[in-house]
Amino acid sequence: MVRLIARRLVLGLATVALVSLIIFAGVEALPGDACTAFLERDAQGQLLENCRRDLGLNRSAPRRYLDWVANLLAGDLGRTANGQRPIADLVGPRARNSFLLASIAALVGIPLAIVLGVITALARDRLADIWLSAVAILAMTVPEFVSATVLLLVFSVWLGWFPGVVLVSADAPIAALLPQLVLPVITVTLVLTAHILRMVRSSVIEVMGSDYVQMAVLKGVPYWQVVFRHVLPNALLPAINIIALTIAWLLGGLVVIEIVFNYPGLGRLMIESITKRDLPVVQAIAIILALVYVGVNLLADLMTMVLNPRLRTHHGGRR
Amino acid sequence: MTAPALIEVRDLSIGFTGRAGETLPVLRNVDLVVGAGETVGLVGESGSGKSTLALAMMGYLKGGLRVLGGGTRFRDRETFRLTARALQTMRGGDLALIPQNAGQALTPTLRVSALIAEALRLHSRVPAAAHHARAIELLAQVRLPDPEALLRRYPHELSGGQQQRVAIAMALAGEPNALLLDEPTTGLDVTTQAHVLELLRDLAARTGTAMVYVSHDLGAIARVCDRVVVMYAGELVLDGSARSVLRAPAHPYAHGLVASIPRLGGSGLPRAMEGRPPPPGGAGVGCAFVDRCALAVERCRAARPALDLVLDGTRSRCHRAVDAAARSARGEPASPRARASADPSTPALRVRDLCISYARPRVLDQLLGREPDAVPTVDGITLDVARGETLALVGESGSGKSSILKALAGLVTPRGGAVALADGEALAPSVELRTPAVRREIQLVFQNPDESLNPRHTVAEILAQPLRLYFDLDAEALRERSAELLERVRLGPHYLERLPAQLSGGEKQRVAIARAFAARPSVVLCDEVTSALDVSVQAAVLDLLDQLRAEARVTYVFVSHDLAVVRALADRVVVLYQGRVCELGPVGAVYDLPAHPYTEMLLRAVLEPDPDVAPSLLGEDVVERAPPARGCPFQRRCHRRVGEICASESPPVQLGGDGHQIRCHRPLAELARLQALEAPAASAPPESAGNRGDGR
Repeated sequence: MVRLIARRLVLGLATVALVSLIIFAGVEALPGDACTAFLERDAQGQLLENCRRDLGLNRSAPRRYLDWVANLLAGDLGRTANGQRPIADLVGPRARNSFLLASIAALVGIPLAIVLGVITALARDRLADIWLSAVAILAMTVPEFVSATVLLLVFSVWLGWFPGVVLVSADAPIAALLPQLVLPVITVTLVLTAHILRMVRSSVIEVMGSDYVQMAVLKGVPYWQVVFRHVLPNALLPAINIIALTIAWLLGGLVVIEIVFNYPGLGRLMIESITKRDLPVVQAIAIILALVYVGVNLLADLMTMVLNPRLRTHHGGRR
Repeated sequence: MTAPALIEVRDLSIGFTGRAGETLPVLRNVDLVVGAGETVGLVGESGSGKSTLALAMMGYLKGGLRVLGGGTRFRDRETFRLTARALQTMRGGDLALIPQNAGQALTPTLRVSALIAEALRLHSRVPAAAHHARAIELLAQVRLPDPEALLRRYPHELSGGQQQRVAIAMALAGEPNALLLDEPTTGLDVTTQAHVLELLRDLAARTGTAMVYVSHDLGAIARVCDRVVVMYAGELVLDGSARSVLRAPAHPYAHGLVASIPRLGGSGLPRAMEGRPPPPGGAGVGCAFVDRCALAVERCRAARPALDLVLDGTRSRCHRAVDAAARSARGEPASPRARASADPSTPALRVRDLCISYARPRVLDQLLGREPDAVPTVDGITLDVARGETLALVGESGSGKSSILKALAGLVTPRGGAVALADGEALAPSVELRTPAVRREIQLVFQNPDESLNPRHTVAEILAQPLRLYFDLDAEALRERSAELLERVRLGPHYLERLPAQLSGGEKQRVAIARAFAARPSVVLCDEVTSALDVSVQAAVLDLLDQLRAEARVTYVFVSHDLAVVRALADRVVVLYQGRVCELGPVGAVYDLPAHPYTEMLLRAVLEPDPDVAPSLLGEDVVERAPPARGCPFQRRCHRRVGEICASESPPVQLGGDGHQIRCHRPLAELARLQALEAPAASAPPESAGNRGDGR
């Protein structure tokens, strides 16, 4: 077990290292660099050379990669392309905002999805299942910008309950952000709930058809005990990984929603930086997101291992 | 049957709605009474409705099924009218199920302790504080060693035999009056099966628990049950004492079924039954068996026979029951095997010192080019198989028989040793490195045709693949050759356009065999080819394999766990334990005097479909996970252990006559003498009725 965890950790770190290399190589392969982007039309002659010297861009690519990695390890994300702000100052509050949005959506959406998923599975092919499943598929297929726009129209424009766009700055206190969060959270929750619900539903249905559930029924175990003792622990195990993927997606990938609601999160910062060709920032966000993905998946794997006796007692698997 | 009725099934019909909206019955007018303390065997082939009937006794119907008429009663209460609460009290309480494949029937996330405690909480008055002690008692009752440690385990940490025993302990927790056993030993090794059955027999005798034992295995039924009920196409066709049903069945189907079982004692192939049972709703107005019946007369087509009392308490659903019983009593000789064409002077397959290890070398060892030091799974296999010979590899799970087959086929790369065909040139270890010519020579037939045939390819496409690969044939020739191949496996050319899903199990396996023969191989490797088939189908496939061998003079390497099948089909047999050869020799010699203690243990544990032949259990059914590093592979379980030498030195090869060899520290003559001394108990003639009382 300890060896297994150690192996997963090493693998995770290797993944992050590989991703950092790919990100660096990708940014490197783009035409131009931070100086050409910053100096724009003045990017020539002495001015460009000075800039490159200041930012250390005149050194070899492997050298710059190693410097970047060394700084990252020391917790230094570097400075923006114009050299005026530390990237950490820029990214920090926005990461907090993204995390806030993601965690609220996850706290609402995941339990909701599990409960609804189990209900649809148990009421398979009955009215509750048909309706909930239909709504779920709708929520999955309608793009976020459409549902976001509809929500805006209804709750912000017609009813005027919630603000339409977020107008506070990125580093505003959480209390100021909260009322602005309602509509984005609803939009995200819709998609997230639908995905996990479908997954939980099919998993529960599969387990309900298994030999051991039939055995439990024929052992005289009352229905709800069958569900809670025999079905759910087995059905929810495979859901953990899907939930992890969804959380990772929440933490980094809410670009569209953040743009629609003008929400100051990581996704929007990424888009803005790309437009401004602020490559150091793009690079920094990319590596943060890679870390989040690897970390969350690692956590999910560990959780499955802890909860699934068949993985936990791996050595006994072929007895 | 003076005992009061416990389970009563009256005129029960169960069915489902077909695609066209018609009602298709899977059970038709079943009448059956099980008295208190009675042990009743429910026999039939797949699709006969035996499991449906057993589950109906618990008031349970699988999805889509519904009761069409009649009902079942347990203790004078209508099972299908019970409330959910009453059903819960009955199931697992007074009437408990022991499931097929306990490995899948035990909830994987619950420990053994939780599973048993659940049954105790629901169905006994044992207070929660005493659950632990009672669970230990139950596990000891099913003869599980170290119950304390076992309770803390999860189901996947147990062996198949242990899982089955836990399931039995779980069923016993509610102190039931009746047990339903749904193929409880299918999938277990011979010795494990024998041990579990002895346990069940003992339970029935000691506690007076009634048992309904569902199985396709007449050997197991003969061992446990007083009464046997035979099902065919959803009907109960024969109901009588175990002795009358197995010795002189008063129904032609039961007669065919009994005759199609290969026996340890007899040589030659068992008789196959022609045809196959009608699908649900496919039986006409007459008898459901009429199309396959040798005794059928005009009346059989016109009217469905009733289940009538024929003689001494036997009920038979046959117009000619008396004739059928008379014919059965005369018996039918097994058909002799096709003329042996084995020619020992020209080995078709030579194996030298084959060694297989699944231990993956560690990264460091790989870098340094070191050999992994684990004890190999299979070691020291040296064999010559003659052209036209059938060599069988037998042993329990973990004996390495399938690994050897895979190594011969090149699917597993052996750690050492050499394999050669008739020309004597060593073959490349893995199939990727072998030339097409070599690949053509060695073909493989798998255990389960459902998995080895591509479900989206028609039979024509399946057969065309090897033909295209190895022979340059045009479309015309391809078709001709495919039709010819089908002809050889006794299937008409109209099968060419069918998909595997449109074939029965036996037909699928015939197509798989035809595919192997399409390559015109010299060696065919058969991996448990009949174990997924019903007995009557198995008999036909065995017959086919033997015919093909004689016609094409191919060599078979035949892997099986079924010792009676091996006896019927093989010329020579290799007995393997933990990947090492224990005994090797002509089947006749090995079966008549199983000299090696392991062979002896295996053969004595085989269940014969005869109520008067008792298996004898030598040693415990321990499960070993790895072979010992030194000495005899069988040292830990051997009942004839000499002493320290067994653990320290590899046993020498002793030669009997006729190529018979065994590896044991005890001299061959001594082993024979020891067995002869113990013989009266072990292999009593049928007249003296084994150790089973006649009076029951």
